[in-house]
Amino acid sequence: MEERGFCAVSDIAVSGTAAITGAPMLELLEGFIRELREAGLPVSLTENLDAMEAVKHIPLEDREAFKYALAATLVKSNAHWRAFETVFEVYFSLRGKQWELTDELGDGADDTEGEGDGELAPLEPLAGLRGAGGDALSPEELAEMLYRALMEGDEAVLRALARQAVKRYAGMEPGRPVGGTYYLYRTLRNLDLDTMLDRLMEQTRAESPVPLTPLEERLERDEFEARIEQLKKEIEAEIRRRLVADRGVEAMAKTLRKPLPEDIDFMHASRDEMKALRQAIYPLTRKLAVRLARKRRHGRKGPLDFRNTIRHSLSYGGVPAEPKFKYPRPAKPEIFVIADISGSVAAFARFTLHLVYAISNQFSKVRSFVFIDGIDEVTDYFDGVEDIAEAVHRVNTEADVVWVDGHSDYGHAFEVFWQRWGKDIGPKTSVLLLGDARNNYHASQSWVIKEIRHKARHVFWLNPEPRSYWDTGDSIVSEYGIHCDGVFECRNLRQLEKFVDNLV
Amino acid sequence: MVQSAVPARFDSVADVRDRLRKVDYLADEGIAGVVYLADRLHKPILVEGPAGTGKTQLAKSVAEITGARLIRLQCYEGLDESKAIYEWNYKKQLLRIQAERTGADGAGKADWDELSTDIFSDEFLLTRPLLEAIRAEEPVVLLIDEVDRVEVETEALLLEVLSDYTVSIPELGTLEAKQIPMVFLTSNNTRELSEALKRRCLFLHIDYPDMEREKEIVLAKVPDVTEALADQVARIVRSIRQLELKKAPSVSETLDWARTLILLGVEAVDEKVAADTVNILLKYQSDINKALREFQSSGAEPNKPWKNAGSVR
Repeated sequence: MEERGFCAVSDIAVSGTAAITGAPMLELLEGFIRELREAGLPVSLTENLDAMEAVKHIPLEDREAFKYALAATLVKSNAHWRAFETVFEVYFSLRGKQWELTDELGDGADDTEGEGDGELAPLEPLAGLRGAGGDALSPEELAEMLYRALMEGDEAVLRALARQAVKRYAGMEPGRPVGGTYYLYRTLRNLDLDTMLDRLMEQTRAESPVPLTPLEERLERDEFEARIEQLKKEIEAEIRRRLVADRGVEAMAKTLRKPLPEDIDFMHASRDEMKALRQAIYPLTRKLAVRLARKRRHGRKGPLDFRNTIRHSLSYGGVPAEPKFKYPRPAKPEIFVIADISGSVAAFARFTLHLVYAISNQFSKVRSFVFIDGIDEVTDYFDGVEDIAEAVHRVNTEADVVWVDGHSDYGHAFEVFWQRWGKDIGPKTSVLLLGDARNNYHASQSWVIKEIRHKARHVFWLNPEPRSYWDTGDSIVSEYGIHCDGVFECRNLRQLEKFVDNLV
Repeated sequence: MVQSAVPARFDSVADVRDRLRKVDYLADEGIAGVVYLADRLHKPILVEGPAGTGKTQLAKSVAEITGARLIRLQCYEGLDESKAIYEWNYKKQLLRIQAERTGADGAGKADWDELSTDIFSDEFLLTRPLLEAIRAEEPVVLLIDEVDRVEVETEALLLEVLSDYTVSIPELGTLEAKQIPMVFLTSNNTRELSEALKRRCLFLHIDYPDMEREKEIVLAKVPDVTEALADQVARIVRSIRQLELKKAPSVSETLDWARTLILLGVEAVDEKVAADTVNILLKYQSDINKALREFQSSGAEPNKPWKNAGSVR
């Protein structure tokens, strides 16, 4: 339905913008916006029109301004920025500043179109510098130049060197069905940036007249790390550009599509995605806390308070003119979190614990237990701690959770829990069980869950696995599930947030 | 709408940047670009970002360079129409009615129709910020500060003003803007704003500046600071921001710190000075402890907690 409206309006827009941007631009934008929607960004029709209007006012040569113009009209949440940036880089990587740079230096524009042409072009400033052609450089010379460029922080040279490095080391061939990460890995391995960092640090130490203090050393290291990070970005961009030239925009956009932070799967998050998740959880918990606090304050519509109404009616001569209501005082639930922290579900447990403790003022009491095959109470780790992330980290490293071999044994863990803490569960307690219920074919001891449910107010099970995997292999989630008030799939922050919201 | 009549305030993105720089607001490419676009497209800007990164200051600076009056609406929970848009001056209306009754003892009693049109006229209207911005003759910049503090329902009050630059008052009809004000909304992102509001705005996220820009900001805003000290300050702040903190130091805290160092007569920051004054940058004890630990170490692996956090078991 959206699609139809979109087409109709873009026809109108064609007549309006064609004079300035030209039809190809419009087509490009259309594809660009479609890809943004595919990536999960909610781009509405009006925003689409705004973008078309906006690019009219921005000189196309200015790639940065162009990017911000599109971002300001299309992306309305900072969390979506990364996804936007990726799509933008793919769609507009073949135009803009970098290309102008190569144009100035020689015939760089041909560079991506045909492998092998214009080989030396990007290195010409360096060639002038050192009197040697780009290709004639030996790997040692290249490394030496890179080292010097990093030392001086010369961005233009770094960019040129990044290109040269990709050309030389990535071994890219047209049509080869390999992902960009493979090329990145190959390039970086050859450059050996870790040793480079050590060398840079040594050099700095040697140059300094007085020995560096730890703080100074720290600052220098951060500076070099930032430069190396910049170099990596240049290399990545170069690889991406070549891939786009090889395979076409749409195919690349699809392979590079990144999930939004709230959609990242806990169990299969890469390192970078983990970082994105950790960054996303702070604002999320804050938002959730504000929302819950508001919920509590508002919506006070209790039943009529008869006594109070009659008493106030005295001042109106016995006419109950001013009805009084009872304020409901919803009891704050008590929460027991029992989390499996083995292997791949660890990340999930970590985020759930983080979230629960971040809103712990919504509960009268929070107690947490973690297990693998043994079980341990970790409530103390969170006591009076400001930094939840650190407490969660301590839980993962210090809690005593291994009983025999460190393979999940839900049955044993639950049994021990029941013996030691079972009596603490009361009618106000909600129990959250976190895990994938992959029990390594041990006894399930599901009677414990049944007993807990008799005493507790609610028992919920959160499973980070997709629903279709439940009860396959050694997963026995339904064996526990029949004793719970609800079993929920909780694969990403979005689902987790929804559950916690409903819980309070 | 009356858009076409308004002359553009800026010539180009570079123009925005240069003029902002003159009033000591160092805009990066994104900020300048969005301000320029907002002027051309006549759209409000929704500015979001961590506290203390110069969101409110941006509106003030733009007001300054365009020679416009700044009208500010501070949002809070419980803000309503009578505080944001307009209110009838009841007391004055009441006096007017009474004056009519007692004044000429029946002789000059105006009939009700006349009176009612009379008491619902401009004279009895109290303008609040939104209406004031719409009715202003001279150029104005409207700043709606911390819009995330109002309830979702109250947001709807803003929509008419933001999209059409009009205000509807039942007794008077629809008032159109005499000029298109520049509108800035700021948000600290404590809750998700409604789609309707976001759709009407250009979105600008102001993050912590990169090191070079922060150094320039320190140089521009702190008198007597030396280049070397500003450089050091910016570097240390960058390193601190890389830690996982509860609250990373904001630009205004960086500036406070730089000013403190100047007052203390510090020429170069060493560990001791950093440790003694870090409480100006960081406001949580756990953050301070973390930073102090990092100051002592040289940053070599593996004591960066975020580097091995992902690889437990």
